[in-house]
Amino acid sequence: MPQYQTFEHDVLVIGAGGAGLRAAIEASAGGVSVGMVCKSLLGKAHTVMAEGGIAAALANVDDRDNWKVHFADTMRGGQYVNNWRMAELHAREAPDRVRELEAWGAVFDRTQDGRILQRNFGGHKYPRLAHVGDRTGLEMIRTLQDHGIHQGIDVHMECTVLSLLKEGDRVVGAFAYERERGRFKLFRAKAIILATGGIGRAYKITSNSWEYTGDGHALAFQAGAELIDMEFVQFHPTGMVWPPSVCGILVTEGVRGEGGILVNNQGRRFMFDDIPDNYRTQTAESEDEGWRYTQGDKNARRPPELLTRDHVARCIVREIKAGRGSPHGGVFLDIAWIKQRLPNAADHIKRKLPSMYHQFKQLADIDITKQQMEIGPTTHYVMGGIRVNSDTQMSGLPGLFAAGECAAGINGANRLGGNSLSDLLVFGKRAGEFAAKFAKENRLGAIDADHVDEVAHDALEPFERSAGPNARGESAYDVQHDLQEMMQDLVGIVRKEDEMVRALEGINQLWKRAEKVIVHGNREYNPGWHTALDLTNLLTVSEAITRSALERKESRGGHFRDDYTNKDAALGKVNVVLSRGADGSMQIRREPIPEIPSELSQIIEEMK
Amino acid sequence: MMKTAMFRIWRGDGQNGEFRDYTAEISEGMVVLDAVHQIQAKQANDLACRWNCKAGKCGSCSAEVNGMPKLMCMTRLNELPLDKPVTIEPMKAFPIIKDLVTDVSWNFRVKKKIRKFKPRPPDAPDGTWRMVQEDIDRVQEFRKCIECFLCQDVCHVLRDHHKHEEFIGPRFIVYTAALEMHPLDTENRLEDLKKAQGIGYCNITKCCTKVCPENITITDNAIIPLKERVVDEFYDPLKKLLRLLRP
Repeated sequence: MPQYQTFEHDVLVIGAGGAGLRAAIEASAGGVSVGMVCKSLLGKAHTVMAEGGIAAALANVDDRDNWKVHFADTMRGGQYVNNWRMAELHAREAPDRVRELEAWGAVFDRTQDGRILQRNFGGHKYPRLAHVGDRTGLEMIRTLQDHGIHQGIDVHMECTVLSLLKEGDRVVGAFAYERERGRFKLFRAKAIILATGGIGRAYKITSNSWEYTGDGHALAFQAGAELIDMEFVQFHPTGMVWPPSVCGILVTEGVRGEGGILVNNQGRRFMFDDIPDNYRTQTAESEDEGWRYTQGDKNARRPPELLTRDHVARCIVREIKAGRGSPHGGVFLDIAWIKQRLPNAADHIKRKLPSMYHQFKQLADIDITKQQMEIGPTTHYVMGGIRVNSDTQMSGLPGLFAAGECAAGINGANRLGGNSLSDLLVFGKRAGEFAAKFAKENRLGAIDADHVDEVAHDALEPFERSAGPNARGESAYDVQHDLQEMMQDLVGIVRKEDEMVRALEGINQLWKRAEKVIVHGNREYNPGWHTALDLTNLLTVSEAITRSALERKESRGGHFRDDYTNKDAALGKVNVVLSRGADGSMQIRREPIPEIPSELSQIIEEMK
Repeated sequence: MMKTAMFRIWRGDGQNGEFRDYTAEISEGMVVLDAVHQIQAKQANDLACRWNCKAGKCGSCSAEVNGMPKLMCMTRLNELPLDKPVTIEPMKAFPIIKDLVTDVSWNFRVKKKIRKFKPRPPDAPDGTWRMVQEDIDRVQEFRKCIECFLCQDVCHVLRDHHKHEEFIGPRFIVYTAALEMHPLDTENRLEDLKKAQGIGYCNITKCCTKVCPENITITDNAIIPLKERVVDEFYDPLKKLLRLLRP
């Protein structure tokens, strides 16, 4: 093994969004040395794009709220395939995690009596989301970043991990490259936390940034950890659809929380046409009742626009398919109408939704205080991910932890808006705490030099391929583009057996094409090379999603099958689990969800 | 036939480089970053640029478009004259790494030196505080900053006079203002501002305010009030006298 630049940390955190930062802060507070690796500059991670808020039962706005209601809402939203213990911990601990942010300098919007203000969001019974206008993610990441830089954490920016390193079963390090010079870096650590976010870049229309290539999912899987629930991908109902260059960019659910309504091209408020049974008693009967709910009337029930994301997205698809869509293939989202109800509505909208106002004005020439928006579903979040212990966040591999979007369990079949930011905080903290503990109880492991050499060789191969005189190869951009188109078309919002079987064949072909990718230029800050290296992860998660979606022959939450349109009670009792076979292939099995304790099932019953 | 436009993009590293011309296909609503991505995917796979959110929220894709510091993701092509090439070059206040990517690490080092948030004891027994919305409106304006560093790029103290060792630049004066004006904060950063951080270098040309993609009124709301506080603290004749009497 050649001499690589080598770093040693007690705990290494991979990813610097909300979960990674919170984990690093906690590990550091636990008295161990912490390193953090991030693909971009610090503070640019995907958390920065979160808009609506952080869900926590603070009960500042409605004193009927408490952790039990939040827990029941989360389980109902997840269609009861959630890890109930994670849903419980999340609901119990989220309020403390939010208050802690305030102690670190976060400046949330306020109630009249000076406390943290909370807003309505889909699937949450009471106003529960602590927020700052529609830029809550920025507030959260900046608060964690500005607190974290004083905690003695070593940050390795613009650095991408290629492989986890193991000694036996235990994870003991990571091998990475830095973008600036393209040099390799070797990290040795007693414990490693994956906090790499999601997989949105596997799809063509997505609200996710380029970083979201399923790195943590794939790294963990390749190292031998299990993935669960990968069939559950969340398509956010409201992404921009026009102009083409902004297609997929997120339009916050906060627009609907503030009274925004969905209408089709006949002007009909179609969300009233289909209200699922399990939400009927919680949903408004009239437009007037829905409006009153958004304005804080405690006796009113939520408008159907604030049903869960999976349902709203499917209703939108239904309208579009029936020919009742907008000119550019979406439906209309209207917040301007509230001028019929509120004086100074334009100012109110600009104050409550400043970045949405700005985004539409600048990118689409639309003034949302006067005009309707055109929106459609966009790939937003993956509920599935690395299987972890609910309390410690450790995966099946000793020393490997995961938190945030790349870990699975809390969200079940569908995540409620606002639950991701609180998830990052609650389980980021837990991962940091238990990783630090693990680090204190274990020594540095030995590095497998052969494995490192192999990873380095594979990473540089795309350059070698271009060396030959008649070298004709694939472009990484073309392979990525074709994968995104295929996943969008064949494993998207509405799924079918034959289409997904075709997708699996397609993924096989793309694996072969990825092996022929050539890269031009040198190793210094070369996006062509970075795109080539990301393909392995994208293909791994695409295959995981497709195989799991084939296995779940029912419709539940974010997973909708045209050939099995109903829920299957038997499948509601299992998770789909993926593991790596001895030959490297993806093995799939169903595993029963552990029995929920009676005190928790009682809470669910009481809240029905 | 697709409509096309010409893009003149800086290619090179810190030592050598040149502008190269690329033609890209244009569609409705396109922004400069779309053109860069298209060129990257089809003509120059190794063209280096930073970006993340493509929605004006992360502040990664800062560059100079036709000489103006801009976020490439928020600059519409229909706002630019397309009868001549659109020039795209890296920010000038920082060393070039490659193509459109600059070394902005100085900003991260500067931030670390600014004294951290230090809250007063909690107002309520449950460890929480009370703040009125009116009292935090100003701080929330500063906290909109996405750290694109365009204000640093345009500031002549940094861009032309390279006072990076003596002056923290508009971004970090805004950051300091957000801390100093935070209703809960108890730290005093005025001496640092005056001495190590060189607030006196700013002569209020307001270029930073003009380029801010978040429309933060940097000069009027952050820099001038902090300059006034520094003056009150160190140049007030009465305070000066008191300091002489009781050093």
